[in-house]
Amino acid sequence: MLTYLIKRLLMLIPLLFGITLITFAVIHLAPGEPVDMQTAMNPKVSAEARQKMREFYGLDKPLHVQYVTWLGRMAHLDFGRSFAPDNRRVTDKIVERIPITLSLNIIALVLEFGLAIPIGILAAVRRDTLLDKGITVFVFLGFAIPTFWLALLLMYFFGVKLAWLPISGLHSLGSELLGPVAWFWDLAKHLILPVGIATFGSLAGLSRYMRSTMLEVIRQDYITTARAKGLSERVVIYRHALRNALLPVVTLLGFSLPGLIGGSVIFETIFAIPGMGQLFYTGVMSRDYPLVMGILVIGAFLTLIGNLLADICYSFADPRIRHGRA
Amino acid sequence: MSFKTSYFYTVFWQRFRRNRFAMAGACIVIGLFLLSLLAPLITPCDPTTIDAYHVLLPPSATHWMGTDELGRDVLTRVIYGARISLKVGFVAVGIAITIGTVVGLLSGYYGGWVDAILMRVVDIMLCFPTFFLILAVIALLEPSIWYIMLIIGVTGWMGVARLVRAEVLSIKERDYITAARSIGASNSRIIFRHILPNAAAPVFVAATLGVAGAILTESALSFLGIGVQPPTPSWGNILTSGKDYLEFAWWLSLFPGVAILVTVLAYNLLGEGIRDALDPRLQR
Repeated sequence: MLTYLIKRLLMLIPLLFGITLITFAVIHLAPGEPVDMQTAMNPKVSAEARQKMREFYGLDKPLHVQYVTWLGRMAHLDFGRSFAPDNRRVTDKIVERIPITLSLNIIALVLEFGLAIPIGILAAVRRDTLLDKGITVFVFLGFAIPTFWLALLLMYFFGVKLAWLPISGLHSLGSELLGPVAWFWDLAKHLILPVGIATFGSLAGLSRYMRSTMLEVIRQDYITTARAKGLSERVVIYRHALRNALLPVVTLLGFSLPGLIGGSVIFETIFAIPGMGQLFYTGVMSRDYPLVMGILVIGAFLTLIGNLLADICYSFADPRIRHGRA
Repeated sequence: MSFKTSYFYTVFWQRFRRNRFAMAGACIVIGLFLLSLLAPLITPCDPTTIDAYHVLLPPSATHWMGTDELGRDVLTRVIYGARISLKVGFVAVGIAITIGTVVGLLSGYYGGWVDAILMRVVDIMLCFPTFFLILAVIALLEPSIWYIMLIIGVTGWMGVARLVRAEVLSIKERDYITAARSIGASNSRIIFRHILPNAAAPVFVAATLGVAGAILTESALSFLGIGVQPPTPSWGNILTSGKDYLEFAWWLSLFPGVAILVTVLAYNLLGEGIRDALDPRLQR
């Protein structure tokens, strides 16, 4: 176990290196410089001032020097300051957004697993019935409908026409004056649409996967044996089949990790949720290089750590992984 | 065609045909192909000609899907949009499949340090939220259709690489590979002549699902204003410009929205149908 852990930790080094390299490459693909963005609109800025700015940001140095400087600063978790007028530290900006995106995505993920797993089992158990077909169409509809369109339609219908639900942000104006119960209810109402739509859109992948693993398990000999023993169908499905069908689903949880920290640009833009997606989008649009690089690196790094933890947990469950053959 | 391959296709077809969802998906996919190929023959209008006298007309006998805020026929734009959206889907997936297959073949066949390096690259790429990478590159470069197809492809090959690698690992242990090697076949011949055709089926399924994903990604980019740029019609940007008229001109967003929905659905059902028909374990 210890050797496995050490091996995995050592493996992090090249991966981290690769992450920074890709991030750096992506940012420097772009023609033009952030200094142009800030000054091009302003005729008062002289060429001299522009040059000063370039030096200040280190943009006048050759690329590899910029990269090494950036790496060195990152080693002490210094991602620099945002190019935005507020000029705040990138890490501060990210840290205040992560909890919002993370909690939203965790709620959606819990709902997704909570709904998709039973739906998938039901579709497998009632294979080829009308119910199975109905479920198939329903989950694929969720995947196939462009999310922003569905979001706008529901926003218009529930938010504007019926005025049942608020349409933007996380809290109503003056919500801090409400009591805790009313405050929570206010927050919940703001979350119904974004979380509901995100969940609907993600049902297809997991529920179809659950359906096919379940179908595979049901065909195994030990299920036939269990049935032959005269066990009720309920016990066969939930005691014998489900446990074995759930194991691969755990792996899928690991794949959900990048999305957790990333957050959805679309939802956060539509519903005006101040999360990572929105921060990244505004950063990209205003060419806020330190911010964009910071989000990409920190996001990828957290995902890496998450994957590692998931693998370690999995290796406790499955000794084959610990001993070589991954 | 040898007996063995023709038998394979016969069985495949028999099983595929029984799946009504998959057949419906296949028909829609073929129909869309014809529609986008024959676009100029089907519709008498031009997708970009502005007509200030016939703005925001509701659906009627002359304009089946109405007209938009610049007086352009929505049906015509949706049909021409099919061309662009399918093109984005196919080229992006083509790039993803090519990179993924080559990486998977090399990694699985040669193993050792080639495998180690390539799979670490896959791990690294998988750490980034894909949409963030796409967004960063498109926004920092420029939202041209070529960049969009390229970047969707370049960020979408990792799954295919893992899939192909796994297939190769199992195929290369088979007897016919040993046989080919024993009669002196070169590595490249073994890879392309013997391994690739046998690993192609799951790649085809992934490609089908990938087209659907790419169409959705383009529409999301359009929503953010960095998808295919107007006046070139893509389903994404028709839908996006239609969303501002949601309240009083529903036809502007309904038809492109339904077009995306139906197409993505069709590709998904087709992909699943092919997978099920290929899977020997699903035999009843």
